[in-house]
Amino acid sequence: MNFDFSDDQKLLKEQVRKFLADKCPTKVVRRVLDGNETHAEDVWKGLVDLGVPALGIPEEYGGMGLSPLEVCVAAEEIGRAAAPVPFDSSVVLATEALKLAGSDAQKKKWLPELASGKAIGTLAIAEGAQPPKPRTIRTTFGGGRLNGRKLPVTDGEAATFAIALANTGGSGDRAVSLVLVDLRHAGVTKKRIETIDPARKHAELTFNDASAEVLGGEGEGWRLLEKLYDAAAVYFAFAQVGGAEAAMWMARDYALQRQAFGRAIGSYQAIKHKLADCYVKLELARSNAYYGAMMLTEDGADLPLAAAAARIAATDAYDFAAKENIQTHGGIGFTWEADTQFHYRRSRLLALSIGGPMAWKDKLVTRLEQKNAA
Amino acid sequence: MDFNDTSEEAAFRQEVRSWLDTNATRKSDDTQSNRARNDDPELLQKAKEWQDKKARAGYARLTWPKEFGGRGASPILQVIYQQEEANYLVPLGFFDIGLGMCIPTMMAYAKPEQLQRYVKPALHGQEVWCQLFSEPAAGSDVAGIRTKAERDGDDWIINGQKVWTSGAHYCDFGIVITRTDPNVPKHAGLTMFFLDMKTPGVEVRPIKQMSGGANFNEVFFTNVRIPDSQRLGKVGEGWKAALTTLMNERLAVGLPSGGLDIDELMELARETELEDGAAIRNQQVRSKIAEWYVQQQGLKLTRYRTLTALSKGQTPGPESSIIKIVAAPKMQDMGAFAMELMGHAGIMKEDVPFAAGFQAQWIGGAGFRIAGGTDEILRNIVAERVLGLPADIRVDKDVPFNKLTRS
Repeated sequence: MNFDFSDDQKLLKEQVRKFLADKCPTKVVRRVLDGNETHAEDVWKGLVDLGVPALGIPEEYGGMGLSPLEVCVAAEEIGRAAAPVPFDSSVVLATEALKLAGSDAQKKKWLPELASGKAIGTLAIAEGAQPPKPRTIRTTFGGGRLNGRKLPVTDGEAATFAIALANTGGSGDRAVSLVLVDLRHAGVTKKRIETIDPARKHAELTFNDASAEVLGGEGEGWRLLEKLYDAAAVYFAFAQVGGAEAAMWMARDYALQRQAFGRAIGSYQAIKHKLADCYVKLELARSNAYYGAMMLTEDGADLPLAAAAARIAATDAYDFAAKENIQTHGGIGFTWEADTQFHYRRSRLLALSIGGPMAWKDKLVTRLEQKNAA
Repeated sequence: MDFNDTSEEAAFRQEVRSWLDTNATRKSDDTQSNRARNDDPELLQKAKEWQDKKARAGYARLTWPKEFGGRGASPILQVIYQQEEANYLVPLGFFDIGLGMCIPTMMAYAKPEQLQRYVKPALHGQEVWCQLFSEPAAGSDVAGIRTKAERDGDDWIINGQKVWTSGAHYCDFGIVITRTDPNVPKHAGLTMFFLDMKTPGVEVRPIKQMSGGANFNEVFFTNVRIPDSQRLGKVGEGWKAALTTLMNERLAVGLPSGGLDIDELMELARETELEDGAAIRNQQVRSKIAEWYVQQQGLKLTRYRTLTALSKGQTPGPESSIIKIVAAPKMQDMGAFAMELMGHAGIMKEDVPFAAGFQAQWIGGAGFRIAGGTDEILRNIVAERVLGLPADIRVDKDVPFNKLTRS
């Protein structure tokens, strides 16, 4: 039985953790939340120097060629710090989409730039109201030109390129394709939009005959997106586990310090049991996330099921820890000055950006039915 | 990452399998449970025979030192043995408390000649042990026990009542915690002993549980005389001895094995027609199934993390402390939900597929949430030992026991 990370992986985790504790304390999260910068460039540069964006990129494309497990430990630390950097968008979604569906030429062009931090990538799926489905996507791609409007797009402003879901004329799920678009080209307009988590900037991207190319085959968009989301669910789960753990300890530290009715509020069972429940959910999430990581690494048959379980458990753990952290703090926790808001905002952002828990629970049971039928 | 055995573990697993193949019958399906309704005397006899067979082959307590019939093996080998044994139809559950809690306490406090006398018969299933701790007025607050032991020359005289004593009706010996000094605060006035359950003045009365079974008992002590040589630990240090026992309890209490789970719930949901089609197509039903699947997997995988530490010879982290907190309410809630899927027929004891199994979980879950540490006490333990939150303020802390308010 070896259901744990290796010593080297733990060392990497410690390295990322130390770096973020030093360079990305909560005041940096606040700086981005309150300010205009698209992301904390200083922190991002440091992570690039540490090799974080290169971890999971094959060596032939300028990366370090490490396994998903190394990306997972980095994700947990990014999540713990609620770091305002394009990790979920670029290191997870754009990088994995290219690895999954890119042609050799596309990989050669973009993966080395992602690894070296020269490029930031993102995924552009949603088009405002309504969760995206093949039949509702209005953005179109044809004759090498992309037209339409995508929002919200995480890191849309900072991104060098986006991978968009566009209608390419097929029917059913085959109506849509993934399309890679260089955002520096003519015909692309970026506009910042307000969201619940201003520490992670989002944009509306408008494409007006923007030059683009298909990624991974026409009509394959929906199938590829599902597959991409399975991998992303595992990495997101680690970020959520890190965030949940940080929120839990923030609440615990406050509960030790805050006195009420002549004693620390952490001595009351109402608080103790709440925080014990945070721990229970956290460990369920961590165990499910580990299995997701193992399946992702082996490309195991259980990946779709493991990814869904990790996603559901980790979303639950982070949501619960983030909201009960505010509750434990009482009124001070609801002020702009308090750091509690960072995890509350981030937990909802991560819960929604690759599909919410309701959708993933439905997927999980579908996959369980498929597994039982097999 | 992998779930594979090391080569030593794999070799041991193979050895265990071939021994079990020769000596027991493999289960035909994994919902068959070995958890005995241990109020059945015939089953007890079979369990004793199986225990003796195991002990002779050296599988009864692998982690114990060789001098006591163990192999001085790593805890992971004990786990591997149990994993394999769970696949066979064998009577289990009668010796867990004795070998998991009582005898380890004896090993910590009894004299060498006493160990010489008691360990081997316990290991071979010839003598069964019980743990006499809880009382009507001392459940979660076990240090609040009132059964008293008074010194009389070289003897002690015990008077009082214990309750929830698993297996007392068939046990030969027990370890008992008593109050020897009511004039000091509660933890300071306790002393532990062991005794023969046939000592005059010991009376065992089975308690019929809500589930219909009768595994627990009330045990009454009326002027029970035992020699001072049966004291475990110093006078007034019974709490320390009790902690030794309870620490071993956490290693002894595992997940209930066998029984219905997600697969059966899904089958039920496929076969149940709701107004708008099969229940399995209903989003509320799907959400529930997904949530319990995540818990079921989470518990299994958490156990794997603990086993990983054992396999590497490390001390496991505190993650296994979540297991009963999750497993017990899941058992109760999933049972109740499955019954709801059956509609009104969910109350029927016969003629409804899966009804009996899920009803047993619904009923049993209510008890499992209390046994071996209530949901609430377990949350206190996580909050205090894992998160470092303060212990509850105890108004009885510095008050002599005989000055406390009593219920």
